[in-house]
Amino acid sequence: MFNVVMQLSLLFISLSMLGLIYRLIKGPSVPDRVVALDAIGINLVAIIAIVSIILRTSAFLEVILLIGILAFIGTVAFSKYLEKGVIIESDRDL
Amino acid sequence: MIEIFRFISGAFILIGAFLSLVAAFGVVRLPDVYTRNHAASKSATLGVMSILLGTFIYFYIEQDHFNSRIILGIVFIFITSPVAGHLISRAAYNSGVKLWEKSVQDDLKEAVWRRESRVRQRDH
Repeated sequence: MFNVVMQLSLLFISLSMLGLIYRLIKGPSVPDRVVALDAIGINLVAIIAIVSIILRTSAFLEVILLIGILAFIGTVAFSKYLEKGVIIESDRDL
Repeated sequence: MIEIFRFISGAFILIGAFLSLVAAFGVVRLPDVYTRNHAASKSATLGVMSILLGTFIYFYIEQDHFNSRIILGIVFIFITSPVAGHLISRAAYNSGVKLWEKSVQDDLKEAVWRRESRVRQRDH
């Protein structure tokens, strides 16, 4: 019963990732694609949690934190690039 | 007792997966980037937090293993995901992505215009 529930939720998350990949390919503007990529990273965290329940191991739980941090840094870098044209500004050329 | 807690963690995980699916439907169907960002950054965050809470309960009950990394992950996603949504939405507005053509109100445009006219008056 529990395994059936886990596989059902894995199916739901895979379907939602398919929808996000559709938006990633089709999205008319660049911020659309960045939103879709951020949501894909967040969904990847959920997939890792469910897979580590199915495999009954707690060895992959560091990956959750790692992917969360990487998705946040990537989104911040993309939005700074879209807004200002540079990611890391240097103070001297102001 | 273990069965009850297993049921609770399964319910949390199923609810979270359903919320992720709803967020993806929003991202596919809503009309412009701001509404899509609204769907993605709210319900995806809540869904993943619910899934991580279910995972935490499962490992705590089944293997008697208090995993503080999942708690840290929940807190981190709760803090950073709305911030990322705000940043990308502001970048979209400032790089000139249009709103949906049927939207009726744009308060930010007026505020930006007022600020620019104030800067122009000060410079004169």
